Parts: sequence; C-alpha cells; structure tokens
Amino acid sequence: MEIVKRPHVENFIAWAKDKPEVVVLTADLTNSSEVGKWRDTYPDRFFGMSMAEQNMMGFASGLAREGYVPYIHTFAVFIYRRPYDQLAMSIAYPNLNVKFVAFLPGITTPGGVTHQAIEDVSIMRATPNMTIVETGDATEVESVLDVAHGIDGPVYIRMLRGEVPRLFPKDEPMRLDEVRMLSDGDDVVVITAGITTEEAMRASVPLAGAGVGVRHLHVSTHKPLNDPLILESIERSRHGVITLENHTIIGGLGSAIAEKMAEAGSAKRLIRLGLRDTYAHGASKAYLMKEYGLDAAALVTGVEDLLGVDTGITERDLAAARVEATHSLAKAEGL
Amino acid sequence: MTSTEPGHEWQSDTQAVADRIRVRVLDHVLSHNGGYMSQALSSAEIFAMLYTRIMNLGASTAPMIPQPFSGVPGSDNPDFFNGGAYNGPKAPEYDRFIFSPAHYALVLYTTLIEVGRLAENGLEQFDMDGSTVEMIGAEHSPGVETTTGSLAQALSQAGGIALARKRRGDTGKVWVMMSDGEFQEGQIWEAISEAAKFDLDNLRVIVDVNGQQCDGCMDAENYVEPLTGRIRAFGASAVEVDGHDLDALDAAMSMETGKPHFVMALTDPVRGLPIFEERAPLLHYLRFTSEGERERYRDVYEEMVN
Repeated sequence: MEIVKRPHVENFIAWAKDKPEVVVLTADLTNSSEVGKWRDTYPDRFFGMSMAEQNMMGFASGLAREGYVPYIHTFAVFIYRRPYDQLAMSIAYPNLNVKFVAFLPGITTPGGVTHQAIEDVSIMRATPNMTIVETGDATEVESVLDVAHGIDGPVYIRMLRGEVPRLFPKDEPMRLDEVRMLSDGDDVVVITAGITTEEAMRASVPLAGAGVGVRHLHVSTHKPLNDPLILESIERSRHGVITLENHTIIGGLGSAIAEKMAEAGSAKRLIRLGLRDTYAHGASKAYLMKEYGLDAAALVTGVEDLLGVDTGITERDLAAARVEATHSLAKAEGL
Repeated sequence: MTSTEPGHEWQSDTQAVADRIRVRVLDHVLSHNGGYMSQALSSAEIFAMLYTRIMNLGASTAPMIPQPFSGVPGSDNPDFFNGGAYNGPKAPEYDRFIFSPAHYALVLYTTLIEVGRLAENGLEQFDMDGSTVEMIGAEHSPGVETTTGSLAQALSQAGGIALARKRRGDTGKVWVMMSDGEFQEGQIWEAISEAAKFDLDNLRVIVDVNGQQCDGCMDAENYVEPLTGRIRAFGASAVEVDGHDLDALDAAMSMETGKPHFVMALTDPVRGLPIFEERAPLLHYLRFTSEGERERYRDVYEEMVN
C-alpha cells in the first residue's frame, strides 16, 4: 500500500491556482493545517485570523457574502465546539459558501480530549444547510476539494494530514453521496468512513478466509446520505450490518444508518462500533483505536457477535493482512 | 461638516426624522401594549443621522409593503429575500448598513418609514405570523442584511465585508450600528483587534451607549467610561459624543482616522419621554401595567403629536 506524505499541501496549491475566489483563513494553525506553503504561494489570499475563532467565522461569512470562497483551515474541535453559534448564525443559516477544512477528526491526534473531535459529525448533521464529507485516503484528500467547491453552501470536511494511505485508485475520485463497495459477500454489511475503512479492509481478507462474506461499503459523505446501495445491501445481507466510526456512536454514521433502517422498516440487526459515549485521552492513534474498539480486531469481534460464530481470527492474522488500493465494485454492478 | 451653513437645513430635516421615530414607536407601543421603547428614545438621532446624512445609499430595490416570509436561506430556496434590498443596491461606491442589535428592529423599520423606504402600513405586519417584519429581525426583515440577533456577531461579519471591499477597491464604507451591551461579548474584542490589524479604515461603527441592557442598567462608571479607551487600546479609533447632538454626531461620524472608527454616542434612554424614567432601571422593554398607566402615556403621546 502506498503511503502519501502530506497530500493536501501541493494538491491544494495546484487546485487553487486558477480559482482567485478561493481564500484561506486560519486561527494560528497554519503549518498544523498544512497551508504554510499555500500562504507563501498566495500571500494576498491568505488571512491569519489570530487565535480568535468566533471572529474568524464572522469574517469568513462577510468574505463569502462578497463572492469569495473562504476555506477555513484549523482543527475540527475549533470549528464546531468553540464558535458554534457563530458557525450556525453567521454562516450556516445564510447558506454561505464557506468550506471548513477540519483536521484531527476523532482520535487521530495524541493531543487528548481538547483536540479530539469525537462528536463533530453529530453536531454538523443537526445543522441545517451543512454538507459533511470525510476523507479516508490520499485520493479523497486530493478530490474532496472539487466536491466541496461544487456545493452551493457550507461544507464541513473531516480532513487527514501527514502520512495518508492511498486506498482508492487516483482515477476514482470522491463523489458526493456515493459510497464505494470495497468487497462483496452475503453474510454481513460493514460500513466505514475515514480511518476506519483501512481497518475494515485489513479485516476483510481473514474474514473471507474464515468463510464470512462481507460487503464492505465506504462512506465519504455523511450528509446527504442517500445512496440506495446502503439500504439495498443491508436488506440482502444474511445477518445485518456493522458500522465502524472514528466518532461517538451517538449521532454519527451508526446513528445515520439506524435512522435509515428504521424509516425503511428494516428488520436487520445493527451493531454500532465506535466511541461508546465517552471522551478519549492523549495517546497514539493505534493505541486509542485498540482501546476504544475502532480497529480491525474490534470489527472481527463485532462480526462474530452478529453471526454467532467464532472465526478463529487472531491479532496476528490481522497484522499479517495486506491492504492494497481497491477499485470500487459499486460501478461494476451498475448500481 | 456643513453645520456652519446658513439656515442649518439638514439639521432640522434630520431632527424631524428623529422626532417622528420617537412618536411612531410610542404610537406602536401604545397600540400593541408593549415594545422596545427605550431603544427608540436613545437611538432616534443615530438612525436619523445614518439614513439622512451619513450613509451613501442607493434607492431601495424592495417593495414598499414587505412581502410575506418566503422561507429561510438554502440552496433549495431560490426565492429567499434579503432585507438589505431596502438599503438599496450593492455597488462599489455605495455604503452598506449592517445592523447589529436586532432587538432594535422596531426602530429600524420606523426609520425606513420616515425616510420613505417602507410604507407606513408596513409596520402593521410587525410581529404578525408569516411576516418578515419580525420583532427581532433576521436577514429577511426590512433593512436587515445579515442575521445578528445572537448579539455581537455583526462586527465580525462587517469586518469580512469590509476586508473584501477593501481588496476590491470599493470606495463605499461599511457602517455598523451597535449597542453598548454587546461589548460584554468577547467576540467584539476579537473583531476590533483583527479589523485594526487589517487596517479596515472603511469600517465604521456607531454605538448607542445608552447604558441599558436586558437585566437593567449597566454600571456606567465602571463599564461605559473605560469602553472608549479600551477600543482605542485594541487598535481602532474611537470618539465620544452626545448622541442627541446632530452637529457633534456629524463631525464624529465624518472623521477620517485611517483606522476602523467607532463613534460612541452617549445617549439618554428616556430622551423625549421623561415619564418613562419612572420605570428605571428596567427600561429594556415597555409593557403597561395598567390601563391607567397606558392612558398617561397616551396623554404624553397626544402632546408630542400636537
């Protein structure tokens, strides 16, 4: 599997070249949000707004009303927690073209509870006019800008930084409200987003080896979430569905799937994996994913629970499993 | 600016608008048994100055009688109507008006009537279900371009507009009308600091320093007095004037300082309606406690009209 180093840095510079309307605002997190080189390349389009997020939301709204498209770059927690009233009233209510590039989703940071955005999808889902997308690999980091820019209104982007795996081919960009089918099988549907997708891909080989058929769907758009492949897949599964999210299980991906299933009258079982109504703490990503049950091993346990079987899959099997860039099967089935 | 001209014509016209704002708001409060009265009494000259003397606005592009509420903004609502249209078209040379204390909506609507941008009977829709003439306005309400009822957000919004306009080279200014209570919110200080950092000399703020807020009187000695100095310390220019003195307002509002500029208009929340002093210190909202009290106010109203 290819690991891409800081895919956003150069991609955002090249992408913004012919878009003079694009401006960047950040609140004292320039290099931490991977826009230091962008600032040096387009100094007249970059606004350092100091450590003052409430005001930054207002300035972004004013710039957007005048035709600019502000891309706010900062940590997710400083977008939806501290200045939420400003985000809702100055930007979301008027449906302004402000894009939030929200770094450090979930437990991807050792920064601890103050830096871990664990309920952002929940809050943004409840915010009218807001579109929510999440990047799961380098291809999505590179293609999310086109998705966000094409939307008339505010967009919240769960963004990855640093070393990012390439799970999807470069010629299969993120598309709004389209899920990717990464494996197919009849027993169980596994739905993931962001960093949990790589975990599910890691689990799928040993699961297949143990005779468990998994249809793995990767979600990159949390809102809107209307791809018919989701409910179709759940209904045709033998045992039901497992969601695995880098987020609290309240209000995020698992809740969204539960709402869809309930409204459709689905009788299938649902297991929601993620943070179980708890805050986390500062530690490495791998440590926290294991501690809070967001990793491949947690998914295997979930599958065993749902199917009522013991697959015999060990941590060692999962560690040995190779993850390779995978074409989506969704198109192949013409769905 | 032109206060030494013989005849002092603009002053009498502007004062007449201010006086009519007070009378019309009192009339409304009498007939509706309640309303934001002190806001009109303290800010009548401020609104009259903005709309008759200071702001360079084009003619209204909105209907004289407000249309009914046409839904909230959204990509699925192409019919959304923005109340800024009552302040005329957006153009490089025109000023923009950003209205911060949305609880002053009745004063703004009344001002629009007095300067011919809104029909007199437009106010009949005030606080009526399905109307845009809301008690606390939002950006569909007449004269309201941005949504600011959650106080202290307008200055940052105006800062963004001013920054964009400065980049474009627009000559028009961005005028913000604020109340002094809003300076209790931290966002205001973030906004002043950043507006000064970006040299937004096209950003102008008139503040109704009436010492009033929802829970009653603000502590003037400890709060209002240092306010002007604090604003200067954050990098903007600020001057204090008698908020009922048209010539003083004119000079302060026309000042070029090369910085974001604040005019601190020191005002009297019972100006022109001394009977209201009986209610001090709770002047935020006037609702009559008895029919007898309402009659006493009605008598004062008759005197003001005649």
